[in-house]
Amino acid sequence: MTASATERAAGVRVRRVRGDGVDLAVYEQGDPARPTVVLVHGYPDTHAVWDEVAAGLADRFHVVRYDVRGAGASSRPFGRRRYTFAYLMSDLRAVLDATAPDRRVHLVGHDWGSIQSWEAVCTMPDRFASFTSISGPCLDHVAHWTRRALRRPTPRNLRRAAGQGLRSWYIYFFQTPLLPEALWRAGLARPFARALELTEGVAPRRGHPARTLPRDGAAGVGLYRANMPQRLRAPRDRRTTVPTQVIVPTRDLFVSPHLVGGLAERVPDLSLRPVAAGHWVPRSRPDSVARWVAEHIDRVSGGPRDAAAARTARRTRVAAGRRPFEGSLVVVTGAGSGIGRATALAFAERGAHVVAADVDLPAAERTAELAGVLGPAARAFGVDVADRAAMEDFAAAVERDLGVPDVVVNNAGIGMAGPFLDHTEDDWKRVLDVNLWGVIHGSRLFAAQMRRRGEGGHIVNTASAAAFTPSRSLPAYATSKAAVLMLTECLRAELKGDGIGVSAICPGIINTSITRTSRFVGRTPSQQEADRHRTARAYALRNFTPEAVAEQIIKTIHHNRAVTPVTPEAHLTHLLSRLSPRTLRLLARFNLA
Amino acid sequence: MSNRVALARTDNAAELERFREIQRLCYECADEVAATLEPGVTEREACRRMRRWLLSRGVDDWLHTPFAWFGDRSAFRGFRVPTQFLPSNARLAEGMPYILDMAPVKDGYSADIGYAGVLGENRVWDRLDADLAGYRSLILRLVRERRPFAEIYAEVDALIERQGYQNRHSKYPGRVIGHQVGIIGGLLPKRVGFPFGVRFLQTIGRELVKERLEGRSPLWNGARQSQHPPTPGLWAVEPHLGFRGVGVKFEELLVVTEDDAFWLDDDLPHVHRWAARTGAA
Repeated sequence: MTASATERAAGVRVRRVRGDGVDLAVYEQGDPARPTVVLVHGYPDTHAVWDEVAAGLADRFHVVRYDVRGAGASSRPFGRRRYTFAYLMSDLRAVLDATAPDRRVHLVGHDWGSIQSWEAVCTMPDRFASFTSISGPCLDHVAHWTRRALRRPTPRNLRRAAGQGLRSWYIYFFQTPLLPEALWRAGLARPFARALELTEGVAPRRGHPARTLPRDGAAGVGLYRANMPQRLRAPRDRRTTVPTQVIVPTRDLFVSPHLVGGLAERVPDLSLRPVAAGHWVPRSRPDSVARWVAEHIDRVSGGPRDAAAARTARRTRVAAGRRPFEGSLVVVTGAGSGIGRATALAFAERGAHVVAADVDLPAAERTAELAGVLGPAARAFGVDVADRAAMEDFAAAVERDLGVPDVVVNNAGIGMAGPFLDHTEDDWKRVLDVNLWGVIHGSRLFAAQMRRRGEGGHIVNTASAAAFTPSRSLPAYATSKAAVLMLTECLRAELKGDGIGVSAICPGIINTSITRTSRFVGRTPSQQEADRHRTARAYALRNFTPEAVAEQIIKTIHHNRAVTPVTPEAHLTHLLSRLSPRTLRLLARFNLA
Repeated sequence: MSNRVALARTDNAAELERFREIQRLCYECADEVAATLEPGVTEREACRRMRRWLLSRGVDDWLHTPFAWFGDRSAFRGFRVPTQFLPSNARLAEGMPYILDMAPVKDGYSADIGYAGVLGENRVWDRLDADLAGYRSLILRLVRERRPFAEIYAEVDALIERQGYQNRHSKYPGRVIGHQVGIIGGLLPKRVGFPFGVRFLQTIGRELVKERLEGRSPLWNGARQSQHPPTPGLWAVEPHLGFRGVGVKFEELLVVTEDDAFWLDDDLPHVHRWAARTGAA
């Protein structure tokens, strides 16, 4: 057993440690004087699955990895008895004694590495300063979780329990004697690597899947046979005081994200990090994993943190009475009045840090002031969404000062009404610049930040019921909003893979100041004033409040809906646009503006 | 003019002093009852305390019986029918805003006051209350400029919207931000009918007709009927702001003369509170 050329280049030091009746291959990198991070791999991997993550952590931490018994360059004891938790814990203790004898370490586990890490933090909490679990639940918790779901067999609980039951197909298979080993040895390794590439997007590289995969796969089956039936049949009451962060891949084919339910009762200091990725996150998102591990360690040990990291810690922390958007950063454009202001305040009320942007800076400042009364301190920006350079500066300033937003509401918009032939080119430019280009800039700039960060997010674009309701009186406005709706749909398809939800809100007739600032083309100033007054009055009589729209925006994000019509009339025209477009075409001929 | 004879003579210092006395009595009552409010007390109980306090000090009739609104009822959240204004069994709790509103008549002289407070700490209430101060000076300034009442109403509305609040006085009967008060007399019995004094209803009914003939109204709102310059007389002005389930208002008497206007009394709890806040800031 020696370090490979690449490992030597990365400064990896290899040694052997005597575990409980086995020799363990231990790989260290980074300055041993720094805090120690121990990375425990899963099945059927070796320490090499962590290569990228370890490299990302090595300049700040003393990183220790080892091949678990039965895998890679460590010994392969025969028989399932040699793979019980008792042996695994002895091995881990031996590695800790050899590499970090006199201090508490930060533990990170993936898959089976995480399962045995749960056992470790629950049975010897004094050895660990923090724990990051990836795609490997505490078996005892799974058993309790399943029992609880079956005791209250609501459709949702049954669905979730069945979901995990199906994801666990291989566990049942591994209980079959001899056959799994035979398959591994007969050449399952090649199709396994291929499946990894197809389902997870993880291309094979040197070390993963390991050359020893057939042997690792066959020996590691012992882990399943020695521990799973026992723990699932007679779960213990496992709890831990170690500050724990669970990275929850939402597209995991083997571990249901719902398994974290009820975990906070057993882990008082718990943070959750949902990530739109499959089971092998350490391979598919190594940079994110390394960053999250470091952030968790910093949080626990009080290390250096900027505002964004402090906010993230609050966002991920599970706590009773926590407000739903605690620690989230929410950007709202057009936040100086109407729907924008109500939305900003609704988020603030739910604990979010609000960035209120508006072309009217004093109005945005007022929104920020009110938001600060309801929730954490908010920031105001004066920005014209139609101005590309201003939007780029704005997005950069937000990222630099506050971090990447979790929610962006592209809400700024202007109204314009009148016959098509009375619209000038400038009218069209203005309405498209604000209503469409504003949304394009906001989506483009912030979606790029969200994708770079890799933790998902949500973009909400304020379209309008006019987006699917043709009308002779709103040609430019309705066109701009229809474009916003389509842009939203396209973007939703594209950003799904990044865990970024994109939604359109189609409010309808809402009592806001848009009626008082709308332009009625082809009218004299006094007629225009009269039109505004009349429309404002009609909208006021309709009296659907922007606060009600804001509640719908929150709901839309919660359920990740694609399109949300808000008022009853918006619902009706939305339905008509699909059932009977001819009716809408007929109505479009009436001048309603 | 006839209405001044019937309601209040604003050029008569002695008469104004009588109104000032009854208004002071109201604020004294509000201060004392507010001091007794503790968690668990109901709106009905608070109203009972106000009523007893006032009756024991010679009050003999009402424009309306006392009101108390606790919690989000202070912002009239979910109010659809008039009976919801009546005191309920809502209980006060720590951090809750409240509003006391009373309009007693003593020897024919009447006042109508609103008193906003909060039990303990509430950041939203503090913000609202600080902003409410601006409305007292704004309204006075606009009345002095003799702007039509409906325009003043619209200006107040515009400020409310700029500040991001909701106009809650539009929930009052007649959507009024103010109404005329004065000497209440008549032959009808001093009874109360849900929850307005019978004599007050008689007086206001008479005034509605009388003023209508002159193209004015004793009720001040944003409608066409209020499209007239301030009518000389005594006006109970009650801007009421709401924000996220918290409501604040003040209500006190504004003296409008032929060419000027002033608040009947500046020695009031909310005026002192606002002055202390700006002094502290």
